[in-house]
Amino acid sequence: MVRPAPDTAAWYRLERQGSTLRVVVGGAWVRSEARRLDPLLRTLDPMGCTRVDVDCGGLARLDTVGAWLLLRTKRVLEHRGVTVQPINVDREYHALVHTIDHECRAPPVTLPPRHTFAMRLERIGRGLCQAVHQGYLLIGFLGLIVFETLATVLRPRRLRVAALVHQMEETGLNALPIVGLLSFLVGVVFAYQGADQLRRFGADVFTVNLLAVGVLRELGGLMAAIIAAGRSGSAFAAEIGTMNVNEEIDAIQVGGLNLTEVLVLPRLLGIVLTLPLLTFYSNVMGLIGGAVTCYFDLGISVPVFLHQLRGALAGGTFWVGLIKAPVFAFVIGLVGCHQGFQAGRNASSVGRHTTQAVVESIFLVIAADAVFSVLFSRLGI
Amino acid sequence: MNAGAAPPVVIRIRGLLTRIAGRVLHDNIDLDVYRGEILGVVGGSGSGKSVLLRSIVGLQTPAAGRITVLGQELRDLDGDALVRMQVRWGVLFQDGALFGDQTVAENVQVPLREHTDLPQRLMDEIASVRLSMVGLPADAAGKYPAQLSGGMRKRAGLARALALDPELLFLDEPTAGLDPIAAAEFDVLVRELQQSLHLTIFMVTHDIDTLRATTDRIAVLVDRTLRIGTMASLVHDPHPWIHEYFTGVRGRAAMIG
Repeated sequence: MVRPAPDTAAWYRLERQGSTLRVVVGGAWVRSEARRLDPLLRTLDPMGCTRVDVDCGGLARLDTVGAWLLLRTKRVLEHRGVTVQPINVDREYHALVHTIDHECRAPPVTLPPRHTFAMRLERIGRGLCQAVHQGYLLIGFLGLIVFETLATVLRPRRLRVAALVHQMEETGLNALPIVGLLSFLVGVVFAYQGADQLRRFGADVFTVNLLAVGVLRELGGLMAAIIAAGRSGSAFAAEIGTMNVNEEIDAIQVGGLNLTEVLVLPRLLGIVLTLPLLTFYSNVMGLIGGAVTCYFDLGISVPVFLHQLRGALAGGTFWVGLIKAPVFAFVIGLVGCHQGFQAGRNASSVGRHTTQAVVESIFLVIAADAVFSVLFSRLGI
Repeated sequence: MNAGAAPPVVIRIRGLLTRIAGRVLHDNIDLDVYRGEILGVVGGSGSGKSVLLRSIVGLQTPAAGRITVLGQELRDLDGDALVRMQVRWGVLFQDGALFGDQTVAENVQVPLREHTDLPQRLMDEIASVRLSMVGLPADAAGKYPAQLSGGMRKRAGLARALALDPELLFLDEPTAGLDPIAAAEFDVLVRELQQSLHLTIFMVTHDIDTLRATTDRIAVLVDRTLRIGTMASLVHDPHPWIHEYFTGVRGRAAMIG
């Protein structure tokens, strides 16, 4: 038999002989031909014949997709009461055809469509329920952490000092460059905007007061907290989530170690101790940025700036900003660790929960800041 | 296949030198893998078996030497040419390396979606053909990898590796982590698929039972070089590691079996 060149396109031909239909197939029945053949074969009409012979002698190549198309056609015809007989099947293809015919008995599973309108609605509902459930779980986690923290306070030897110091370095020391740079720039920008407005009233020098109140009460602390949420909150979630993927969490649990003590407390305590320091640093850098603007834009010299600043620091302005920092830190640490534990054992889940840790902690930080503002104004601070 | 003439070489390695973090793992390795054979690569832990596999598929750049796969040197390929090469092989990684956010059927369809223009309905059919070929039940199609056992994940990974009818299949420790019965079933499956799909298989393994059940030839990675032979010839190799491997307790048990 003369074989056609291996790369000829797949073809088939119908020949009717009495009540027998001969389907002569040839060429390369491979994946790249399937798009064309698939709809034709799906609707192949036996033309009233009760017997179909499939002559495979002309096949130049056959891969799994091609073999499946032939077998599917055979089954569809048989289902309609037609006897189907493959003939002239090359020995080379026997094993493949046999494997597919033998193994693939189950009808193909039709997967549910992923994007119907009802499913979108369901997604919204599910999302809402999940958010509520998240809040519920977070409160449970908060209880656990408070309990464990108290236990540690009573038995300080349980505290892992090395891990704590490491976390303080990670969340505090290593954040200095970025916190410093961003706070400095925010100070510069803030002073510029203030100076532009106040200059119209000839009240240039009060830019310093604006800066002091703005940076010390709000901006310094928020900048530090938001950067900490982005750097450390995400790191907590990703680290703990990945440890879960690697079964390290399981190893800690079965090894008689306390999960909270080993993983959560060093991180939480680390960030609670360092964020106030970062906030202070952020405040200083913000003021320096403002001072630079004041010097170049308004011609306010450094001694004048400092004198005016001392006047602006009346009341609790300085402490009001700092006192919020531990609360922000606690929220960031709590949410970060919690999301880490929530993550499932695959890459996308870890990613999703890391994102959620950052979003949730920034949201809670700003919400807490609003609560503080109301509280302080009621207290007249 | 023409009788008499040697079958064509699918993978040709010449003078391979691999250095990782200053440590030489492979020193001047030569290897030919012939079309239609199953080659098993064994060696101690950390001897660089998996690294050898990774070097061939281009995940690890060799310090020196030439690796030719399916007649083309991988180093020379880029862009489309590399993709055309990559659709001609399939790789099963140790734990299946399934994409965790997609169902098993979607995982199998990833190569189809990327490299073919088949209609969705046909792709669903092909995916379920593949899954039944590797012995997975029909209801596994809609499950996520995390819901499968280790053995099923490997089978699903194999189905994905076979999605494009590759000529060449790489298996990294295909039976590691499976119970002996599942491992034996996997061996049979590999052998059957090799025959029905006319595959050439490059398999890294520890498992002496798998070697005996599936491989045509064996390459042992010792002292940074390869010793190549059949099971029968390597049993008599005087090298202490090889001797211990084949005649140790596990080795003898496998021979008797």
